[in-house]
Amino acid sequence: MLINVPETVVADALRGMAAAHPELAVDVENRVVVRRDAPVAGQVALVSGGGSGHEPLHGGFVGPGMLSAACPGEVFTSPVPDQMVRAAAAVDSGAGVLFVVKNYTGDVLNFDMAAELAEDEGIQVAKVLVNDDVAVTDSLYTAGRRGTGATLFVEKIAGAAAQEGRPLEQVEALARRVNEGSRSFGVALSAVTTPAKGSPTFDLPAGELELGIGIHGEPGRERRPMMTSGEIAEAAVDAVLTDLTPRNPVLVLVNGMGATPLLELYGFNAEVQRVLGERGVAVARTLVGNYVTSLDMAGASVTLCEIDEDLLGLWDAPVRTPGLRWGM
Amino acid sequence: MLDAEFFRRWMTAAAASVDREADRLTALDSPIGDADHGSNLRRGFAAVAAALEKEAPGTPGAVLALAGRQLISTVGGASGPLYGTLLRRTGKALGDGAEVSTEQLAEALRTGVDAVRTLGGAAPGDKTMIDALVPAVDALGESFAAARAAAEEGAAATTPLRARKGRASYLGERSIGHRDPGATSAALLVAALEEAAGE
Repeated sequence: MLINVPETVVADALRGMAAAHPELAVDVENRVVVRRDAPVAGQVALVSGGGSGHEPLHGGFVGPGMLSAACPGEVFTSPVPDQMVRAAAAVDSGAGVLFVVKNYTGDVLNFDMAAELAEDEGIQVAKVLVNDDVAVTDSLYTAGRRGTGATLFVEKIAGAAAQEGRPLEQVEALARRVNEGSRSFGVALSAVTTPAKGSPTFDLPAGELELGIGIHGEPGRERRPMMTSGEIAEAAVDAVLTDLTPRNPVLVLVNGMGATPLLELYGFNAEVQRVLGERGVAVARTLVGNYVTSLDMAGASVTLCEIDEDLLGLWDAPVRTPGLRWGM
Repeated sequence: MLDAEFFRRWMTAAAASVDREADRLTALDSPIGDADHGSNLRRGFAAVAAALEKEAPGTPGAVLALAGRQLISTVGGASGPLYGTLLRRTGKALGDGAEVSTEQLAEALRTGVDAVRTLGGAAPGDKTMIDALVPAVDALGESFAAARAAAEEGAAATTPLRARKGRASYLGERSIGHRDPGATSAALLVAALEEAAGE
Protein backbone atom coordinates (compact mmCIF):
# COMPACT_ATOMS: atom_id res chain seq x y z
CA MET A 1 0.00 0.00 0.00
CA LEU A 2 1.19 3.52 -0.83
CA ILE A 3 0.85 4.88 2.71
CA ASN A 4 2.97 6.01 5.63
CA VAL A 5 1.15 4.35 8.56
CA PRO A 6 -2.48 3.19 8.70
CA GLU A 7 -3.33 5.70 11.47
CA THR A 8 -2.72 8.75 9.26
CA VAL A 9 -4.14 7.73 5.87
CA VAL A 10 -7.19 10.00 6.11
CA ALA A 11 -5.27 13.04 7.38
CA ASP A 12 -2.55 12.49 4.77
CA ALA A 13 -5.14 12.35 1.98
CA LEU A 14 -6.81 15.53 3.23
CA ARG A 15 -3.49 17.39 3.27
CA GLY A 16 -2.89 16.27 -0.30
CA MET A 17 -6.38 17.29 -1.31
CA ALA A 18 -5.88 20.74 0.21
CA ALA A 19 -2.67 21.15 -1.78
CA ALA A 20 -4.34 20.11 -5.05
CA HIS A 21 -7.59 22.05 -4.61
CA PRO A 22 -7.14 25.60 -3.32
CA GLU A 23 -10.82 26.23 -4.16
CA LEU A 24 -11.71 24.00 -1.20
CA ALA A 25 -11.18 24.85 2.46
CA VAL A 26 -9.87 21.62 3.96
CA ASP A 27 -9.77 21.48 7.76
CA VAL A 28 -7.41 18.54 8.26
CA GLU A 29 -7.60 18.54 12.06
CA ASN A 30 -11.40 18.59 12.27
CA ARG A 31 -11.91 16.62 9.05
CA VAL A 32 -14.26 18.89 7.19
CA VAL A 33 -14.03 19.82 3.49
CA VAL A 34 -15.92 23.02 2.64
CA ARG A 35 -16.54 25.12 -0.48
CA ARG A 36 -14.34 28.13 0.00
CA ASP A 37 -17.15 30.52 -1.00
CA ALA A 38 -19.58 29.07 1.60
CA PRO A 39 -21.97 30.10 2.96
CA VAL A 40 -23.59 31.21 -0.29
CA ALA A 41 -26.35 33.73 0.40
CA GLY A 42 -29.86 32.49 -0.35
CA GLN A 43 -28.77 28.92 -1.13
CA VAL A 44 -29.62 25.73 0.70
CA ALA A 45 -26.40 23.96 1.71
CA LEU A 46 -25.79 20.24 1.11
CA VAL A 47 -23.65 18.36 3.63
CA SER A 48 -22.71 14.73 3.22
CA GLY A 49 -20.11 12.43 4.63
CA GLY A 50 -19.27 8.87 5.35
CA GLY A 51 -16.36 6.57 5.82
CA SER A 52 -13.24 7.24 3.78
CA GLY A 53 -12.19 4.77 1.11
CA HIS A 54 -14.93 5.66 -1.42
CA GLU A 55 -13.11 8.54 -3.12
CA PRO A 56 -13.98 10.75 -4.90
CA LEU A 57 -17.18 10.37 -2.80
CA HIS A 58 -17.77 12.62 -0.76
CA GLY A 59 -14.97 15.19 -0.50
CA GLY A 60 -14.37 15.10 -4.24
CA PHE A 61 -17.95 16.22 -4.84
CA VAL A 62 -17.65 19.48 -2.90
CA GLY A 63 -18.03 22.58 -5.06
CA PRO A 64 -20.52 24.76 -6.95
CA GLY A 65 -23.47 22.70 -8.17
CA MET A 66 -22.97 19.79 -5.78
CA LEU A 67 -22.01 19.52 -2.08
CA SER A 68 -21.32 22.50 0.16
CA ALA A 69 -19.30 20.40 2.60
CA ALA A 70 -18.22 16.84 3.27
CA CYS A 71 -17.16 15.04 6.45
CA PRO A 72 -14.74 12.17 5.87
CA GLY A 73 -14.65 9.52 8.58
CA GLU A 74 -11.97 6.94 9.18
CA VAL A 75 -11.69 4.27 6.48
CA PHE A 76 -15.13 2.62 6.10
CA THR A 77 -16.27 4.26 9.36
CA SER A 78 -18.94 6.92 9.66
CA PRO A 79 -17.72 10.37 10.68
CA VAL A 80 -18.65 11.68 14.12
CA PRO A 81 -21.42 14.21 14.92
CA ASP A 82 -18.89 16.95 15.79
CA GLN A 83 -17.70 17.00 12.16
CA MET A 84 -21.21 17.30 10.75
CA VAL A 85 -22.23 20.08 13.13
CA ARG A 86 -19.05 21.98 12.30
CA ALA A 87 -19.71 21.54 8.56
CA ALA A 88 -23.35 22.62 8.89
CA ALA A 89 -22.37 25.74 10.82
CA ALA A 90 -19.75 26.62 8.21
CA VAL A 91 -22.07 26.37 5.19
CA ASP A 92 -25.51 27.44 6.46
CA SER A 93 -26.55 30.75 4.90
CA GLY A 94 -29.81 30.75 6.84
CA ALA A 95 -31.60 28.85 4.04
CA GLY A 96 -31.08 25.53 5.82
CA VAL A 97 -28.93 22.44 5.40
CA LEU A 98 -29.71 19.09 3.77
CA PHE A 99 -27.82 16.09 5.14
CA VAL A 100 -27.31 13.39 2.50
CA VAL A 101 -26.91 10.14 4.43
CA LYS A 102 -26.11 6.69 3.07
CA ASN A 103 -28.14 4.01 4.81
CA TYR A 104 -25.66 2.31 7.12
CA THR A 105 -26.31 2.00 10.85
CA GLY A 106 -23.29 4.14 11.79
CA ASP A 107 -23.97 6.92 9.30
CA VAL A 108 -27.63 7.11 10.29
CA LEU A 109 -26.90 7.25 14.05
CA ASN A 110 -24.17 9.88 13.75
CA PHE A 111 -26.12 12.12 11.35
CA ASP A 112 -29.22 11.84 13.58
CA MET A 113 -27.20 13.01 16.57
CA ALA A 114 -25.65 15.78 14.48
CA ALA A 115 -29.04 16.99 13.22
CA GLU A 116 -30.27 17.37 16.79
CA LEU A 117 -27.14 19.26 17.84
CA ALA A 118 -27.26 21.53 14.75
CA GLU A 119 -30.92 22.33 15.38
CA ASP A 120 -29.98 23.28 18.95
CA GLU A 121 -27.64 25.82 17.35
CA GLY A 122 -30.51 27.27 15.32
CA ILE A 123 -29.68 25.60 11.99
CA GLN A 124 -32.61 24.23 10.03
CA VAL A 125 -31.72 20.67 9.01
CA ALA A 126 -33.42 18.18 6.69
CA LYS A 127 -32.16 14.66 5.97
CA VAL A 128 -32.38 12.35 2.99
CA LEU A 129 -31.46 8.70 3.30
CA VAL A 130 -29.91 7.00 0.25
CA ASN A 131 -30.73 3.28 -0.01
CA ASP A 132 -30.46 2.01 -3.56
CA ASP A 133 -28.68 -1.37 -3.34
CA VAL A 134 -31.01 -4.13 -4.51
CA ALA A 135 -28.62 -6.86 -3.30
CA VAL A 136 -30.13 -6.38 0.17
CA THR A 137 -33.55 -7.91 -0.33
CA ASP A 138 -34.48 -9.10 3.12
CA SER A 139 -34.82 -5.64 4.63
CA LEU A 140 -37.01 -6.81 7.52
CA TYR A 141 -34.09 -8.87 8.81
CA THR A 142 -31.21 -6.58 7.90
CA ALA A 143 -30.23 -2.97 8.42
CA GLY A 144 -32.06 -2.26 5.13
CA ARG A 145 -30.88 -1.53 1.59
CA ARG A 146 -27.44 0.09 1.47
CA GLY A 147 -26.60 3.47 -0.01
CA THR A 148 -24.21 3.15 -2.96
CA GLY A 149 -24.10 4.64 -6.49
CA ALA A 150 -27.33 6.62 -6.19
CA THR A 151 -25.54 8.89 -3.72
CA LEU A 152 -23.83 10.55 -6.70
CA PHE A 153 -27.17 11.16 -8.44
CA VAL A 154 -28.72 12.57 -5.25
CA GLU A 155 -25.77 14.86 -4.52
CA LYS A 156 -25.55 16.13 -8.14
CA ILE A 157 -29.25 16.76 -8.70
CA ALA A 158 -30.05 18.16 -5.24
CA GLY A 159 -26.86 20.24 -5.46
CA ALA A 160 -28.01 21.76 -8.75
CA ALA A 161 -31.42 22.54 -7.25
CA ALA A 162 -29.76 24.25 -4.29
CA GLN A 163 -27.53 26.21 -6.68
CA GLU A 164 -30.69 27.43 -8.47
CA GLY A 165 -31.90 28.80 -5.15
CA ARG A 166 -34.75 26.38 -4.58
CA PRO A 167 -35.94 26.25 -0.95
CA LEU A 168 -35.01 23.49 1.50
CA GLU A 169 -38.28 21.54 1.33
CA GLN A 170 -38.05 21.41 -2.51
CA VAL A 171 -34.40 20.36 -2.49
CA GLU A 172 -35.20 17.68 0.08
CA ALA A 173 -38.20 16.41 -1.92
CA LEU A 174 -36.09 16.22 -5.09
CA ALA A 175 -33.32 14.36 -3.31
CA ARG A 176 -35.87 11.88 -2.00
CA ARG A 177 -37.38 11.43 -5.47
CA VAL A 178 -33.96 10.75 -6.99
CA ASN A 179 -33.26 8.13 -4.34
CA GLU A 180 -36.65 6.49 -4.79
CA GLY A 181 -36.10 6.28 -8.55
CA SER A 182 -32.62 4.77 -8.23
CA ARG A 183 -31.42 1.19 -7.82
CA SER A 184 -27.91 -0.33 -7.88
CA PHE A 185 -26.18 -3.68 -8.03
CA GLY A 186 -22.46 -4.35 -7.55
CA VAL A 187 -20.02 -7.12 -8.42
CA ALA A 188 -16.55 -7.76 -6.98
CA LEU A 189 -13.71 -9.53 -8.78
CA SER A 190 -11.39 -9.18 -5.79
CA ALA A 191 -11.72 -8.51 -2.07
CA VAL A 192 -10.66 -5.24 -0.49
CA THR A 193 -7.63 -4.56 1.70
CA THR A 194 -8.11 -1.94 4.41
CA PRO A 195 -5.07 -0.09 5.77
CA ALA A 196 -5.95 -1.17 9.33
CA LYS A 197 -5.94 -4.87 8.46
CA GLY A 198 -3.34 -4.92 5.69
CA SER A 199 -4.71 -8.09 4.11
CA PRO A 200 -7.91 -8.84 2.13
CA THR A 201 -11.06 -8.69 4.30
CA PHE A 202 -12.43 -11.84 2.71
CA ASP A 203 -11.03 -14.63 0.66
CA LEU A 204 -11.99 -14.46 -3.02
CA PRO A 205 -9.92 -16.83 -5.16
CA ALA A 206 -8.95 -15.84 -8.71
CA GLY A 207 -11.48 -17.30 -11.11
CA GLU A 208 -14.45 -16.48 -8.88
CA LEU A 209 -16.57 -13.40 -8.38
CA GLU A 210 -19.03 -12.13 -5.77
CA LEU A 211 -22.43 -10.86 -6.81
CA GLY A 212 -24.28 -8.27 -4.76
CA ILE A 213 -21.34 -6.77 -2.89
CA GLY A 214 -21.38 -3.60 -0.83
CA ILE A 215 -18.78 -0.84 -0.87
CA HIS A 216 -17.05 -1.71 2.42
CA GLY A 217 -15.34 -4.96 1.61
CA GLU A 218 -18.29 -6.86 3.01
CA PRO A 219 -18.77 -10.01 0.95
CA GLY A 220 -21.79 -10.32 -1.32
CA ARG A 221 -24.77 -12.66 -1.33
CA GLU A 222 -23.56 -15.15 -3.85
CA ARG A 223 -20.28 -16.46 -5.25
CA ARG A 224 -19.92 -17.80 -8.79
CA PRO A 225 -17.21 -18.93 -11.19
CA MET A 226 -15.88 -16.06 -13.30
CA MET A 227 -18.32 -14.67 -15.88
CA THR A 228 -17.78 -12.56 -19.00
CA SER A 229 -18.41 -8.83 -19.03
CA GLY A 230 -21.60 -9.46 -20.99
CA GLU A 231 -22.86 -12.04 -18.49
CA ILE A 232 -22.06 -9.75 -15.55
CA ALA A 233 -23.92 -6.89 -17.27
CA GLU A 234 -26.98 -9.13 -17.68
CA ALA A 235 -26.85 -10.20 -14.02
CA ALA A 236 -26.43 -6.64 -12.76
CA VAL A 237 -29.02 -4.96 -15.00
CA ASP A 238 -31.58 -7.69 -14.41
CA ALA A 239 -31.06 -7.49 -10.65
CA VAL A 240 -31.71 -3.73 -10.81
CA LEU A 241 -34.76 -4.19 -13.04
CA THR A 242 -36.37 -6.68 -10.63
CA ASP A 243 -36.86 -3.70 -8.33
CA LEU A 244 -37.23 -0.79 -10.77
CA THR A 245 -39.56 -0.64 -13.76
CA PRO A 246 -38.62 2.56 -15.58
CA ARG A 247 -41.30 4.09 -17.79
CA ASN A 248 -39.11 7.14 -18.44
CA PRO A 249 -35.51 7.38 -19.62
CA VAL A 250 -32.82 6.64 -17.05
CA LEU A 251 -29.47 8.00 -15.95
CA VAL A 252 -26.86 5.22 -15.99
CA LEU A 253 -23.83 5.10 -13.73
CA VAL A 254 -21.32 2.40 -14.58
CA ASN A 255 -19.10 2.73 -11.56
CA GLY A 256 -15.70 1.20 -10.96
CA MET A 257 -14.94 -0.09 -7.46
CA GLY A 258 -11.37 1.24 -7.54
CA ALA A 259 -9.10 -1.34 -9.13
CA THR A 260 -10.83 -2.02 -12.43
CA PRO A 261 -9.27 -0.19 -15.40
CA LEU A 262 -11.34 2.27 -17.44
CA LEU A 263 -10.69 0.08 -20.47
CA GLU A 264 -12.69 -2.69 -18.78
CA LEU A 265 -15.32 -0.27 -17.45
CA TYR A 266 -16.03 1.11 -20.94
CA GLY A 267 -16.24 -2.41 -22.30
CA PHE A 268 -18.62 -3.27 -19.47
CA ASN A 269 -20.68 -0.16 -20.26
CA ALA A 270 -21.09 -1.33 -23.85
CA GLU A 271 -22.60 -4.56 -22.48
CA VAL A 272 -24.79 -2.67 -19.99
CA GLN A 273 -26.15 -0.49 -22.82
CA ARG A 274 -26.81 -3.59 -24.94
CA VAL A 275 -28.76 -5.26 -22.12
CA LEU A 276 -30.72 -2.08 -21.39
CA GLY A 277 -31.63 -1.87 -25.08
CA GLU A 278 -32.78 -5.50 -25.10
CA ARG A 279 -34.91 -4.86 -22.01
CA GLY A 280 -36.49 -1.77 -23.60
CA VAL A 281 -35.00 0.77 -21.20
CA ALA A 282 -34.25 4.18 -22.75
CA VAL A 283 -31.03 5.85 -21.64
CA ALA A 284 -30.89 9.64 -21.21
CA ARG A 285 -27.30 10.06 -19.96
CA THR A 286 -24.44 7.74 -19.00
CA LEU A 287 -21.52 8.30 -16.67
CA VAL A 288 -18.60 5.83 -16.63
CA GLY A 289 -15.75 5.93 -14.12
CA ASN A 290 -14.57 5.43 -10.55
CA TYR A 291 -16.96 7.53 -8.45
CA VAL A 292 -18.20 5.47 -5.48
CA THR A 293 -15.27 3.20 -4.84
CA SER A 294 -14.21 0.61 -2.30
CA LEU A 295 -10.45 1.16 -1.88
CA ASP A 296 -8.60 -1.37 -4.04
CA MET A 297 -11.53 -3.61 -4.87
CA ALA A 298 -11.81 -4.78 -8.47
CA GLY A 299 -15.31 -4.83 -9.87
CA ALA A 300 -18.12 -2.53 -10.86
CA SER A 301 -21.63 -1.46 -10.01
CA VAL A 302 -24.54 -0.38 -12.16
CA THR A 303 -26.94 2.31 -10.95
CA LEU A 304 -30.06 3.34 -12.85
CA CYS A 305 -32.11 6.40 -11.97
CA GLU A 306 -35.47 7.07 -13.58
CA ILE A 307 -35.76 10.76 -14.43
CA ASP A 308 -38.06 13.40 -15.92
CA GLU A 309 -37.34 16.70 -17.70
CA ASP A 310 -36.80 18.63 -14.45
CA LEU A 311 -34.33 16.07 -13.10
CA LEU A 312 -32.51 15.85 -16.44
CA GLY A 313 -32.12 19.65 -16.52
CA LEU A 314 -30.64 19.54 -13.01
CA TRP A 315 -28.33 16.66 -13.99
CA ASP A 316 -27.07 18.66 -17.00
CA ALA A 317 -26.63 21.86 -14.95
CA PRO A 318 -23.04 23.08 -14.48
CA VAL A 319 -20.96 21.50 -11.73
CA ARG A 320 -17.38 22.18 -10.63
CA THR A 321 -15.88 19.74 -8.13
CA PRO A 322 -12.64 17.73 -8.05
CA GLY A 323 -14.50 14.54 -8.95
CA LEU A 324 -17.25 15.74 -11.32
CA ARG A 325 -17.03 18.75 -13.58
CA TRP A 326 -18.91 20.01 -16.61
CA GLY A 327 -20.45 23.21 -17.97
CA MET A 328 -18.29 25.55 -15.86
CA MET B 1 -19.59 1.35 47.62
CA LEU B 2 -18.14 2.47 44.28
CA ASP B 3 -16.63 5.94 43.92
CA ALA B 4 -15.39 8.03 40.98
CA GLU B 5 -11.97 6.41 41.30
CA PHE B 6 -13.56 2.98 40.73
CA PHE B 7 -15.23 4.20 37.53
CA ARG B 8 -11.99 5.79 36.35
CA ARG B 9 -10.25 2.44 36.94
CA TRP B 10 -13.05 0.72 35.00
CA MET B 11 -12.53 2.94 31.98
CA THR B 12 -8.72 2.68 32.17
CA ALA B 13 -8.94 -1.12 32.38
CA ALA B 14 -11.35 -1.14 29.42
CA ALA B 15 -8.94 1.02 27.41
CA ALA B 16 -6.04 -1.32 28.17
CA SER B 17 -8.11 -4.39 27.34
CA VAL B 18 -9.40 -2.94 24.04
CA ASP B 19 -5.84 -1.98 23.16
CA ARG B 20 -4.60 -5.54 23.86
CA GLU B 21 -7.46 -7.17 21.96
CA ALA B 22 -7.76 -4.68 19.08
CA ASP B 23 -6.26 -6.99 16.47
CA ARG B 24 -8.56 -9.82 17.52
CA LEU B 25 -11.63 -7.54 17.31
CA THR B 26 -10.59 -6.37 13.85
CA ALA B 27 -10.01 -9.98 12.77
CA LEU B 28 -13.52 -10.93 13.96
CA ASP B 29 -14.88 -7.93 12.03
CA SER B 30 -13.25 -9.05 8.76
CA PRO B 31 -15.38 -11.98 7.58
CA ILE B 32 -18.73 -10.38 8.54
CA GLY B 33 -17.98 -6.66 8.74
CA ASP B 34 -15.43 -4.21 7.50
CA ALA B 35 -12.31 -4.98 9.52
CA ASP B 36 -12.07 -1.90 11.70
CA HIS B 37 -13.81 -2.60 15.02
CA GLY B 38 -10.56 -2.96 16.97
CA SER B 39 -8.84 0.12 15.57
CA ASN B 40 -11.96 2.28 16.04
CA LEU B 41 -12.53 1.28 19.66
CA ARG B 42 -8.82 1.56 20.44
CA ARG B 43 -8.87 5.18 19.23
CA GLY B 44 -12.04 5.91 21.24
CA PHE B 45 -10.98 4.39 24.54
CA ALA B 46 -7.54 5.99 24.30
CA ALA B 47 -9.37 9.34 24.05
CA VAL B 48 -11.50 8.36 27.07
CA ALA B 49 -8.42 7.52 29.17
CA ALA B 50 -6.72 10.78 28.16
CA ALA B 51 -9.80 12.89 28.92
CA LEU B 52 -10.31 11.29 32.35
CA GLU B 53 -6.69 11.97 33.24
CA LYS B 54 -7.02 15.60 32.20
CA GLU B 55 -10.40 16.42 33.74
CA ALA B 56 -10.71 14.00 36.69
CA PRO B 57 -14.52 14.23 37.17
CA GLY B 58 -15.58 13.94 40.82
CA THR B 59 -18.58 11.59 40.65
CA PRO B 60 -19.29 8.17 39.08
CA GLY B 61 -21.99 9.70 36.89
CA ALA B 62 -19.66 12.43 35.62
CA VAL B 63 -16.91 9.90 34.80
CA LEU B 64 -19.25 7.87 32.59
CA ALA B 65 -20.84 10.95 31.01
CA LEU B 66 -17.42 12.25 30.00
CA ALA B 67 -16.36 8.82 28.72
CA GLY B 68 -19.55 8.53 26.65
CA ARG B 69 -19.10 11.97 25.10
CA GLN B 70 -15.52 11.09 24.16
CA LEU B 71 -16.62 7.87 22.44
CA ILE B 72 -19.33 9.70 20.45
CA SER B 73 -16.81 12.34 19.37
CA THR B 74 -13.97 10.01 18.38
CA VAL B 75 -15.14 6.52 17.35
CA GLY B 76 -17.61 7.06 14.51
CA GLY B 77 -19.37 4.15 12.86
CA ALA B 78 -22.22 2.54 14.77
CA SER B 79 -20.08 1.64 17.79
CA GLY B 80 -19.37 5.29 18.64
CA PRO B 81 -22.99 6.35 19.18
CA LEU B 82 -23.94 2.97 20.69
CA TYR B 83 -21.12 2.65 23.26
CA GLY B 84 -21.24 6.41 23.83
CA THR B 85 -24.95 6.26 24.57
CA LEU B 86 -24.48 3.22 26.83
CA LEU B 87 -21.99 5.10 29.04
CA ARG B 88 -23.72 8.50 28.91
CA ARG B 89 -27.13 7.12 29.80
CA THR B 90 -25.69 4.86 32.51
CA GLY B 91 -23.83 7.87 33.92
CA LYS B 92 -26.96 10.00 33.85
CA ALA B 93 -28.92 7.27 35.64
CA LEU B 94 -26.26 7.15 38.38
CA GLY B 95 -27.12 10.74 39.31
CA ASP B 96 -24.61 13.03 41.02
CA GLY B 97 -23.83 11.12 44.21
CA ALA B 98 -20.17 10.70 45.20
CA GLU B 99 -20.64 6.94 45.66
CA VAL B 100 -23.02 4.33 44.31
CA SER B 101 -23.82 0.76 45.30
CA THR B 102 -23.39 -2.24 42.99
CA GLU B 103 -27.20 -2.50 42.90
CA GLN B 104 -27.43 1.12 41.73
CA LEU B 105 -24.83 0.41 39.06
CA ALA B 106 -26.77 -2.65 37.85
CA GLU B 107 -29.96 -0.58 37.67
CA ALA B 108 -28.22 2.27 35.84
CA LEU B 109 -26.56 -0.10 33.38
CA ARG B 110 -29.98 -1.57 32.62
CA THR B 111 -31.15 1.96 31.72
CA GLY B 112 -28.05 2.37 29.54
CA VAL B 113 -28.57 -0.95 27.77
CA ASP B 114 -32.24 -0.08 27.16
CA ALA B 115 -31.12 3.19 25.54
CA VAL B 116 -28.76 1.24 23.26
CA ARG B 117 -31.60 -1.10 22.30
CA THR B 118 -33.82 1.85 21.43
CA LEU B 119 -31.10 3.62 19.44
CA GLY B 120 -29.87 0.62 17.47
CA GLY B 121 -33.17 -1.25 17.31
CA ALA B 122 -31.52 -4.55 18.23
CA ALA B 123 -33.13 -7.26 20.35
CA PRO B 124 -31.43 -10.22 22.03
CA GLY B 125 -30.55 -12.85 19.41
CA ASP B 126 -29.85 -10.32 16.63
CA LYS B 127 -26.09 -11.04 16.93
CA THR B 128 -25.03 -7.70 18.41
CA MET B 129 -23.47 -6.23 21.57
CA ILE B 130 -26.90 -6.61 23.19
CA ASP B 131 -26.32 -10.38 23.36
CA ALA B 132 -23.42 -9.81 25.78
CA LEU B 133 -24.81 -6.80 27.64
CA VAL B 134 -28.26 -8.10 28.60
CA PRO B 135 -27.05 -11.29 30.37
CA ALA B 136 -24.24 -9.30 32.00
CA VAL B 137 -26.65 -6.80 33.53
CA ASP B 138 -28.87 -9.66 34.72
CA ALA B 139 -25.90 -11.31 36.46
CA LEU B 140 -24.43 -8.14 37.93
CA GLY B 141 -26.61 -8.43 41.04
CA GLU B 142 -24.66 -11.58 41.88
CA SER B 143 -21.07 -10.39 41.34
CA PHE B 144 -18.74 -8.72 38.85
CA ALA B 145 -17.27 -12.17 38.13
CA ALA B 146 -20.72 -13.54 37.30
CA ALA B 147 -21.36 -10.57 35.00
CA ARG B 148 -18.08 -11.18 33.22
CA ALA B 149 -18.86 -14.87 32.76
CA ALA B 150 -22.39 -14.10 31.51
CA ALA B 151 -21.12 -11.53 29.00
CA GLU B 152 -18.45 -13.89 27.75
CA GLU B 153 -21.00 -16.69 27.40
CA GLY B 154 -23.41 -14.35 25.61
CA ALA B 155 -20.71 -13.24 23.18
CA ALA B 156 -19.67 -16.84 22.45
CA ALA B 157 -23.32 -17.75 21.85
CA THR B 158 -23.53 -15.27 18.95
CA THR B 159 -21.46 -17.57 16.71
CA PRO B 160 -24.34 -19.73 15.42
CA LEU B 161 -26.72 -16.78 15.10
CA ARG B 162 -27.78 -15.07 11.88
CA ALA B 163 -27.14 -11.30 12.07
CA ARG B 164 -30.20 -9.08 11.84
CA LYS B 165 -28.64 -5.71 12.59
CA GLY B 166 -25.55 -3.84 11.50
CA ARG B 167 -23.27 -4.57 8.60
CA ALA B 168 -23.14 -8.33 9.18
CA SER B 169 -26.88 -8.49 8.44
CA TYR B 170 -26.21 -7.97 4.71
CA LEU B 171 -24.62 -11.41 4.63
CA GLY B 172 -27.81 -13.19 5.61
CA GLU B 173 -27.14 -16.89 6.19
CA ARG B 174 -23.43 -16.37 5.58
CA SER B 175 -23.11 -14.49 8.88
CA ILE B 176 -23.74 -17.79 10.68
CA GLY B 177 -20.62 -19.40 12.17
CA HIS B 178 -18.84 -16.16 13.00
CA ARG B 179 -18.61 -14.68 16.47
CA ASP B 180 -19.94 -11.11 16.66
CA PRO B 181 -17.20 -8.49 17.15
CA GLY B 182 -19.57 -6.07 18.94
CA ALA B 183 -20.65 -8.68 21.49
CA THR B 184 -16.98 -9.55 21.96
CA SER B 185 -15.96 -5.95 22.71
CA ALA B 186 -18.98 -5.56 25.01
CA ALA B 187 -17.72 -8.58 26.97
CA LEU B 188 -14.32 -6.87 27.31
CA LEU B 189 -16.03 -3.80 28.77
CA VAL B 190 -17.86 -5.95 31.33
CA ALA B 191 -14.69 -7.89 32.18
CA ALA B 192 -12.96 -4.58 32.91
CA LEU B 193 -15.51 -3.97 35.68
CA GLU B 194 -14.22 -7.03 37.52
CA GLU B 195 -10.67 -5.84 37.00
CA ALA B 196 -11.52 -2.41 38.43
CA ALA B 197 -13.06 -4.06 41.49
CA GLY B 198 -9.83 -6.00 41.97
CA GLU B 199 -11.73 -9.27 42.27
